[in-house]
Amino acid sequence: MSIDIETARKVAHLARIRVEDDALPALASEFNTILGFIEQLQEVDVEGVEPMVSVTPMRLKRREDMVTDGSQAEKVLANAPDAREGFFAVPKVVE
Amino acid sequence: MSALNEMKIAEARDALRKGEVTSVELTEACLGAIEAASALNAFVHKTPESALEQAKAADARIKAGETDDLLGIPLGIKDLYCTLDEPSQAASRILDGFRPKYESTVTSQLKVGGAVSLGKLNMDEFAMGSSNETSVYGPAVNPWKIDDRELTPGGSSGGSASAVAASLCLGATGTDTGGSIRQPAAFTGITGLKPTYGRCSRWGIIAFASSLDQAGPMAKDVRDCAIMLNGMAGYDPLDSTSAEVDLPDFEAALTGDIRGKTIGIPREYRMEGMPEEIEALWAEGRKMLEDAGAKVVDISLPHTKYALPTYYVIAPAEASSNLARYDGVRFGHRAKLAQGDGIVDMYEKTRAEGFGAEVQRRVMVGTYVLSAGFYDAYYNRARKVRTLIKKDFEDVFADGVDAILTPATPSAAFGLGEMVNADPVQMYLNDVFTVTVNLAGLPGISVPAGQDRQGLPLGLQLIGRPWEEGDLLNTAYALERAANFVAKPTKWW
Repeated sequence: MSIDIETARKVAHLARIRVEDDALPALASEFNTILGFIEQLQEVDVEGVEPMVSVTPMRLKRREDMVTDGSQAEKVLANAPDAREGFFAVPKVVE
Repeated sequence: MSALNEMKIAEARDALRKGEVTSVELTEACLGAIEAASALNAFVHKTPESALEQAKAADARIKAGETDDLLGIPLGIKDLYCTLDEPSQAASRILDGFRPKYESTVTSQLKVGGAVSLGKLNMDEFAMGSSNETSVYGPAVNPWKIDDRELTPGGSSGGSASAVAASLCLGATGTDTGGSIRQPAAFTGITGLKPTYGRCSRWGIIAFASSLDQAGPMAKDVRDCAIMLNGMAGYDPLDSTSAEVDLPDFEAALTGDIRGKTIGIPREYRMEGMPEEIEALWAEGRKMLEDAGAKVVDISLPHTKYALPTYYVIAPAEASSNLARYDGVRFGHRAKLAQGDGIVDMYEKTRAEGFGAEVQRRVMVGTYVLSAGFYDAYYNRARKVRTLIKKDFEDVFADGVDAILTPATPSAAFGLGEMVNADPVQMYLNDVFTVTVNLAGLPGISVPAGQDRQGLPLGLQLIGRPWEEGDLLNTAYALERAANFVAKPTKWW
């Protein structure tokens, strides 16, 4: 498996990380090194093996479906880079 | 009596109780040591005023007859732990200016117990790294030195390791996703414990890879780790993966008697090209445990070879998902936008500016292995191999093995900057002995056990059965007594 520049561009976009065009070849080459390394996993016979869901044999806890917390708008917004009138503010989303 | 900041936690606890020393005195000694140690770049957010306030409060509680083990003990806190209204940024630019409005469960437990927080410790960005060189604050430096070079304290808990080894604090919190407590402990000649997955709450600890991350203590010796674990562990309803299991007194388990215990030596950990001194140290460790009365047997963990590649699929996959929350909307850094930039530009520019190179690389690898078309080939396959790796351990434990002895690292500490030109995979090999433990969710501890020929510390690792940290700590205690590692770095900073 070899990653080309177009794939690197696509992955960067899916990851929402801006990678300038001139940095794409180096990125693709790093991907290839790492993927070459993890390629070893193809040798393992995993026929009939369950993929691990939880490292401890434990069911996730469930709780009543009810409000347990809230009314903390100020705290929630305290670290926002831009907040107005009790809301997070972002650049215009809809034209 | 040694300088106050050089005391062990157990010593300081006893002296506090007897009234021979106050928490304020201990805290002032540490704050002085921290001020004098800026060359180590271990403490990155100092909180001296609040530390002294906490120390005064602890002294009052001691006077009133309270006897919590950590009451009045000054500790350092890894920057990955969210602490109320204090900078908590996982050594990343993307969390610049973030001051959480909540406190992690572990640090909150430590504070309720009366421990004093001296501030936040350096680390690799989002705990991704094995040399502390990915930190936005610049690398922490190992107090051990053999020539002009500055050496790495290891990573990701490099600041924690450096601070404990240089006696800037009596103990420190770390986190371990693939060896991030044990490798730096080994590089700096201290003791570090990665507890069983689920033993310590992950709530309020900035997530790297949720199925692997575990908080643990880093301290001067095994007893101090046991005392700290007593303060850090416990069930937390806020963390759905926190285990509701018995919480024994870990310090009480330290008898040093390991007669009749069975220790396994896994043949797959004998790596090709392993330095002779690592091999020799391992053989010495085996002998020490035998002399202490344990039965040592050779065992096989056949899937060991696949642990690193498995880890480098699962950890980035989980990281890409966890780190999706850093989007420039709710907290931390937001990139300056150009005229006409939309929300996707904001995300992309923010994350490109905010994340360092290693974090970007892992987030993108994670995105790739989870993407349609590759999910089964990489991610699902890695999860299946993980099942096999865990089963290897279950099999040897079922055969009666109580603990497993391995080297902690493939070498002693290397120089800062020396791996700059290495490809990422070479750096990942630092975790080759530790990463299986996280994949299987087991407890593991690194104990300083010797020095290389240049005089740098080397560690041995013991791996235990799940939930049996007490037994593991006791075996480590026996190993510690036999190894009698007393070397200290010569002060140059």
